[in-house]
Amino acid sequence: MRKAGDIIGQESRDTYSICVGPVHPALKEPVRLNLRVRGERIEHVDFELSQVHRGIEWMGTRRNPIQILYLSERICGICNICHTFAFCRAVESIAGIEVPPRARYIRTIVAELERIHSHILWAGVAAHELGFDSAMHYAFRAREKVLDVIENLTGNRIMKAIMMIGGVRRDMDKGQARLVMEAADFYSRCSRKLEKIFLGDPVIKSRTRDTGILTRHDCLALCSVGPTARASGVRKDVRQDEPYGAYPDVGVKAMTPDEITGETRGDVYDRIAVRLREIKQSADIIGRCVKDMPEGKIAHEDKANVLLGELRGVQGEGIGRHEAPRGEVFHYVKLVGEEAPYSWKVRAPTYNNLLSWIPMMLGAQIADIPVIAASIDPCMSCTNRAVVTGPGRRQVLGQDMLHDLSVKRTRELRRGLRP
Amino acid sequence: MKSRDFSRSLWVFHLNTGSCNGCDIEILAALTPRYDVERFGMKLVGSPRHADVLLVTGPVTRDMEDKLKRVYAQTPDPKVVMVVGNCGNTGDVFYESYNLAGPADRLIPVDVYVPGCPPRPEAVIYGVVKAWKLLEEGKRR
Repeated sequence: MRKAGDIIGQESRDTYSICVGPVHPALKEPVRLNLRVRGERIEHVDFELSQVHRGIEWMGTRRNPIQILYLSERICGICNICHTFAFCRAVESIAGIEVPPRARYIRTIVAELERIHSHILWAGVAAHELGFDSAMHYAFRAREKVLDVIENLTGNRIMKAIMMIGGVRRDMDKGQARLVMEAADFYSRCSRKLEKIFLGDPVIKSRTRDTGILTRHDCLALCSVGPTARASGVRKDVRQDEPYGAYPDVGVKAMTPDEITGETRGDVYDRIAVRLREIKQSADIIGRCVKDMPEGKIAHEDKANVLLGELRGVQGEGIGRHEAPRGEVFHYVKLVGEEAPYSWKVRAPTYNNLLSWIPMMLGAQIADIPVIAASIDPCMSCTNRAVVTGPGRRQVLGQDMLHDLSVKRTRELRRGLRP
Repeated sequence: MKSRDFSRSLWVFHLNTGSCNGCDIEILAALTPRYDVERFGMKLVGSPRHADVLLVTGPVTRDMEDKLKRVYAQTPDPKVVMVVGNCGNTGDVFYESYNLAGPADRLIPVDVYVPGCPPRPEAVIYGVVKAWKLLEEGKRR
């Protein structure tokens, strides 16, 4: 087993290595952070993933597309609609399936309900990391309402199982539409209240202002996505750049902090502001979708076996994108006319956003680690992609090792070339 | 189910061994105002050394295998191990994965199984009450 110091590099008399995780109360999910600190200041940051790797993409190549829907929901329990939505869009684009307008609206409503749920959950966790537990309990109480509405619409609180390739599984009646409208009104008000609690509080402001800054330049260089990028002033949102579902009819604009606080600094405070304002934005989108909901079919094909038969004869590659609460999620699928896809690749938003931890944490204090780590809303279960395993051994290839291997190989080749 | 006396507050340590977060947020929901088990003195603690109940979620990936065993060893006796969620109980949708060491009961002794994907907070609370009974009756070491 390696020690934290080995990964970080040289230790001197003035610096100290700290290893956080994978089992740590400040981290809700397994990830390991290795830090080198000088006094209270962080000098070097590195992290190790792979604790949550379950081999989902590999399992996907052994199942048919409808079974994969259930598997893709379980990539992440918080953003389960995002993965099914992106996967459905990828398969639909291959098979040329047109989604009925009513299904597009229902998909959008459920996706936005999920965004509200995720952002409020995040606000609660952020408050907890700051030691502000009353705000956390307030946020979690507010979140229960959206879970009730989701349960009413889909039958489940968390795993919604409403998406289907070519449409949705359940229709929405008038009573449910009323409930959804009520929830949208409630969250418009709730967002204002949360903004007052989080943005107006002097203690939260002093903890989060100018903490964990991600500059616009770093953000573009590291390809950050979602609220993390928008808080640094990058107007990037799949719902705006490449509208799908009901978003073309609604017209979404990327939310940046200058519209809320008047300036863009890219710190933790800005990320809180963007997320809280997006709750209101989602509530508005839901309100418009319920009002303009068209009549008609909710699925391209009701019978799963007929749909599977149709998909079995299809060949090609497709891409599905969706703006998840944490940023853009991206699915690539290749079908080769067989039961199971030939290839399935998932790119979750946290994969991009994790690297922005490094510029955010450098120079920060140790006490700021939990709030900075939480500020990108990391989701490890979406992210863990690769682990090198073999019988009786386990190895993670790092950059140094790869570099050494490369140098060794060059030397060997050079030796071989000598006359 | 009737408990003889509520003489002790249960402190719970939550270990995520590769879960998708679904169970984890339902556990959080059980602790927060609507379901509010904190009124019975139950709370999540930051270290297994303070805990009476070890709450495991997730299908136990290979990477988390020895962490699970170590956390189990660090929890003082008497203790109860609770597995929340289908994937920790049986593997569920991940059953054929190459990177699983679980389900959890292959690695450590499990006392209470809470099925569901994810289980509702009521189910989590029911499981905790069962764990409580086991501790009171002295059935666990």
